[in-house]
Amino acid sequence: MEHHELIPHLFRIEYRKIVSVLCKHFGFDQVETAEDIASDTFLTAAQTWPLKGIPEEPVAWLYSVARNKAKNHLQRDRVFESKITPAIKSDASAIEDIDLSPQNISDSQLQMMFAICHPAIPPEAQIGLSLRILCGFGIDEIADAFLTSKETINKRLFRAREKLREEKITIGLPAQSEIDARLNTVLTTLYLLFSEGYYSTSQQQTLRKELCLEAMRLCYMLVDNSYTDKPPVNALLALMCFHASRFEARVGDNGEFILYNEQDTSLWNRELISKGGQLLHKATTGNIVSRYHLEASIAFWNTKKEDTREKWENILQLHNHLLQFEYSPIAALNRTYALSKVKGKHEAILEAEKLKLVTNHFYFTLLGELYTGIDNKKAKTNLEKAIVLARTSSDKQTIQKKIDALQ
Amino acid sequence: MDEFMLIFRHEDGKKVASPEQIEHWMKQTMDWVGSIAAQNKFGGGNGLPFEGSKVVWHNNVVTNGPFGEIKETIGGYIIVKAQSVDEAVEFAKGCPVLQGEGNSVEVRKIARGDGVH
Repeated sequence: MEHHELIPHLFRIEYRKIVSVLCKHFGFDQVETAEDIASDTFLTAAQTWPLKGIPEEPVAWLYSVARNKAKNHLQRDRVFESKITPAIKSDASAIEDIDLSPQNISDSQLQMMFAICHPAIPPEAQIGLSLRILCGFGIDEIADAFLTSKETINKRLFRAREKLREEKITIGLPAQSEIDARLNTVLTTLYLLFSEGYYSTSQQQTLRKELCLEAMRLCYMLVDNSYTDKPPVNALLALMCFHASRFEARVGDNGEFILYNEQDTSLWNRELISKGGQLLHKATTGNIVSRYHLEASIAFWNTKKEDTREKWENILQLHNHLLQFEYSPIAALNRTYALSKVKGKHEAILEAEKLKLVTNHFYFTLLGELYTGIDNKKAKTNLEKAIVLARTSSDKQTIQKKIDALQ
Repeated sequence: MDEFMLIFRHEDGKKVASPEQIEHWMKQTMDWVGSIAAQNKFGGGNGLPFEGSKVVWHNNVVTNGPFGEIKETIGGYIIVKAQSVDEAVEFAKGCPVLQGEGNSVEVRKIARGDGVH
C-alpha cells in the first residue's frame, strides 16, 4: 500500500485507539487534547512518510510518536501547573505510563464506547461523537452523512464534549448491575450508525458503506468481549450481517438504488448470511427477546428470496410482535406489505388506509403498489403523492418507473 | 388521547380447545393486536392463562380457578390509545374472542389519576 492509501486506512483503525487510550489516561476533561494529539500524530506521518519512506512497522511508529507527543504535552502541562500551583505533586512515573498494549487498547476502546453512549448525551450527539472518536471520521464526512453543514457538526460535537465534562462521565465499564441498561444505549447508537449508512439519503455510496462497516466493527468488539457478549448484541450483529449481505446487490453500476425484488441474488454475500445465522443462533441462548432478535429474524427471512407462505407468515407475526415492542412507521408499513402477501391485497388495503402516514413517501408508494392491478387509477394517484414527498432523485425515479408501468 | 382497556370475557372457561385451534386463535389475536400497534394505538396487554389461577372470596375462602360458581371468566386484556370510546369500540369489534358465541369484550376507560378522571 502506498502512503497516500495507507495513512487514511490506518487513520480509520488507529485513530480511535490512540484517542481512547489517551483519553482514559488524561480523563474526559481533556478529550480535545487527546483528539489533537492523535490528529497531530497522523499529520506528522503524512509529512514524514512521503520523504523518508513508510516505516517498517507503521502502527508501532504511530504509537511511539503519539506517546512522545503525549509525554511532551504532560511535561508542558506540568511545568505550567507547577508555576501556578507549586504545591502540585510531581509524579514523574505517571508520564512514562501511557499504556499502548493490545489489552489496554481494547479495554480503552470499549470503555470509550460506553462513555460516549452515556444516557446523558443526546442520541444525535452520541452518533456524532462515535463517528468522530470511535470511527475516525472527518468533520466533512460526518456533515455529508447527516446532510448538514460542517458548522452544525462542529457545534454539535462541541456541545457533546461539554456535556461529557459537565456530567463528569468517567471512562470505564459500567457495573455488572447496570450493564444491560447501558448496553442498550450503546446498541441503539450502533444501530442508528448502521442505519445512517444503510438508509442514508447521502449520495456517497462508499461513505455509506463505510458507516455500516464501522458500526459492525464496533459491534464485533462487543461480541468479542465476554463482559458484553450478550444475546441482544449478537442479535444486532446478526441483523447487520443479514442487511449487509445485500450491499453489492442493492446498488447498480451507476450508483442507482436497486429494489429488493429486482436484486441479483447471486450478488448476495453468502458468507455474511451464514455468519448472521450463527450469531442469531448464539443470540437465542437465555430468555431475553429484544427488538433486535425480532428484527434479525425478519432480516433472516428476507435473505430467502422465494415467496413462500411460511416466509410471509413468519414475517407478519414477527412484525406484529415488533410493533408491540416499539412502534415505527417503517415497521407498520412492512407489516402491511407482509399482510398483503399472506391475506391478499384487498385486506392489506383496508389496513394500509388506517395507517394515515400522510407525510411518508413510502406510505404512498405502498398504497400505490397495493392498488396496482385492483384500481390502477387510485394506484396512480398514490404514486404521484409519493413522488411529491420523495426526497432523493433516485427515489423519485423508482416511483416514476412504477407509474410508467401502470400505463 | 385516552387509554381504554379492552377486557376479553369468555362465557365458559372450561371449554377445551385443540392445540391447532389455540394456534389459530393466537395468530388471529396477534394479527388483531398487530393491526392496532401498526396504527400506533397499542398501549400494552397480557393474556391471562386459566391454569393455576385462584379465586379469593369473602372470609378468605380460596378456590381453584376462576370457574366453578362463576360462569364467565376473563381471558386477557389489551390497552389501546383512542380519541374516544367509539374508536376503542371499533378496535374491540375486531377481537377474535368475539367469534365465540356468548363471549364479550368490555371497553373501559382508564382513569388518568390526574384528579379529573
